[in-house]
Amino acid sequence: MSTVTVTVDVTPAAKIRPWDGLQQTCTLAWRNLVQIKHNPMELMDLSVQPIMFVLLFTYVFGGQMAGSPDAYLQYALPGIIVQNALFATMNTAMGLNIDLTKGVLDRLRSLPIARSAPLMGRVVADLGKQLWSLLLMLGLGMLMGFDVDGGVPGVLGAAGLLLAFAVAMSWMTLLIGMLVSEPEKVMTFGFVLVMPLTFTSSAFVRADTMPGWLRAWADVNPVTRLADAVRGLMTGSGAVAGPVMWSLLWAAGIAVVFVPLVMRAYRARS
Amino acid sequence: MSYAIQAEGLVKSFKETTALAGVDLAARSGTVLGVLGPNGAGKTTAVRVLATLLRPDAGRALVGGHDVVREAGAVRALVGLTGQYAAVDEMLTGHENLLLIARLLGLPRREARARATRLLEEFRLADAGGRAAKTYSGGMRRRLDLAASLVGRPRVLFLDEPTTGLDPHSRNELWDIVRGLVGDGTTVLLTTQYLEEADQLADDIAVIDRGRVIAEGTPDGLKEQVGGQVLQVRPMAAQQLEKVHAMVSAVAGPATKTESGLVTAPVNDPELMPAVVRRLDEAGVRVSELTLRRSSLDEVFLSLTGHRAVEETTTDEDKTEALV
Repeated sequence: MSTVTVTVDVTPAAKIRPWDGLQQTCTLAWRNLVQIKHNPMELMDLSVQPIMFVLLFTYVFGGQMAGSPDAYLQYALPGIIVQNALFATMNTAMGLNIDLTKGVLDRLRSLPIARSAPLMGRVVADLGKQLWSLLLMLGLGMLMGFDVDGGVPGVLGAAGLLLAFAVAMSWMTLLIGMLVSEPEKVMTFGFVLVMPLTFTSSAFVRADTMPGWLRAWADVNPVTRLADAVRGLMTGSGAVAGPVMWSLLWAAGIAVVFVPLVMRAYRARS
Repeated sequence: MSYAIQAEGLVKSFKETTALAGVDLAARSGTVLGVLGPNGAGKTTAVRVLATLLRPDAGRALVGGHDVVREAGAVRALVGLTGQYAAVDEMLTGHENLLLIARLLGLPRREARARATRLLEEFRLADAGGRAAKTYSGGMRRRLDLAASLVGRPRVLFLDEPTTGLDPHSRNELWDIVRGLVGDGTTVLLTTQYLEEADQLADDIAVIDRGRVIAEGTPDGLKEQVGGQVLQVRPMAAQQLEKVHAMVSAVAGPATKTESGLVTAPVNDPELMPAVVRRLDEAGVRVSELTLRRSSLDEVFLSLTGHRAVEETTTDEDKTEALV
């Protein structure tokens, strides 16, 4: 044997068939969801914050914002749902980071499975959690008087769009999860990223009430597009086509940039 | 003779630190290779390269005849890995942890369940199998971790400091498991900071320090290589220590040391013992202890590296090594 610098990639023998990769992704998604069975508190974690936000925003801010909590709820609920979905993408990063620091990812990577399965399994599982929060908030909102004039197609469209955007966004947070040294830091990054992003959008207030310079930003903020689209679809009022298209474009753009970055960081771990 | 693990000239650097500076390792099939070294010596990095988790900057390694870089998939199908930290999912039960690995390895559901159950029984975890792993004791976690690495019936098993932090009882238990696996034909590469562990389990030992193999051989061979035996003399009266030291060093040479009332000297020639006894007798020195014993691996390590095997301080470098 001679000393050589190796840069060759894996041989065909190491390739995993796509069907197997899909099964492995499902198995790993199961792993992330089955914990809820043993730890029902996790479901509480997924529920408390959304419920609290819906109640606080509606009843505390509602009167001043729109004259009455009920009137504000019609505007704000889709925005609160969007904000919650974006925050929830941080959990994906958290989970990945815990796997990294605890050595679980090493174990998974030492198995003959698709390289991307541990990441995809996490994204898929968190999609399930996202859906839970979404249904919970929507249900609560409807009990409080939110009018779903968009009907079933509107709600389904809004849910689909939101989940698509959340998946794209979770690749951005996965990069954070991959790069920071401990799980707590993921949350710090999350707040620094998601808080300003959602507050400088049309999620909670109309952008035309903001000062000019902020409004200029709010108009191009992807969260504005997403909040407008989800609101439009659910309430069946306002322009829908434009915001939906822009939301999808943003989601695609985020995915195109961050999926390769995450995969590169993932490989660089070796 | 066939080798299950062969590595030549492995080099790996992280930013400023060189973790591996040209490491050669070879493990015969069906034996235990002990990789012995202090914290930060490069043991974990070597294991990670061999288990396809890290790409070496230079050098080449074959595991089960497959190149760890070009045929990583084939290598992964052959190996099991138990890392320094018990890498089990704490939120899952013991059974689910094993089921997860079995399903990922493509076992059908029923077979996967049966395999998980059997492994739990073998590792005395059957009763705890339905409990979340976070409720396990340290020893139970390690056993679960080891069980997880055996789900795929690996031909080559990497154990990275498998007993670090375990109590003596759990440690002995783990040693027995390893002996059993080797009895069944598994090749084991075991890293350890504990000389006793290498002495107990390893057929061959590679001593690694600062990213290099500084000595290799059988445990006995290594002990022979460095002095072989140790002569110890403890005079009854402490004020005669200096006198005894002078006498022993006159016979055994300048490596003689005096420490807490005991004069110690490495010796190669068994004839030295009677010579020392004669001199002590002539000088009328009464001794409370006079022994000739094989040098411990600890002493082997000290004489090879100039420092003790287990160092108390953990540097940042070690943490990087563990995390990267």
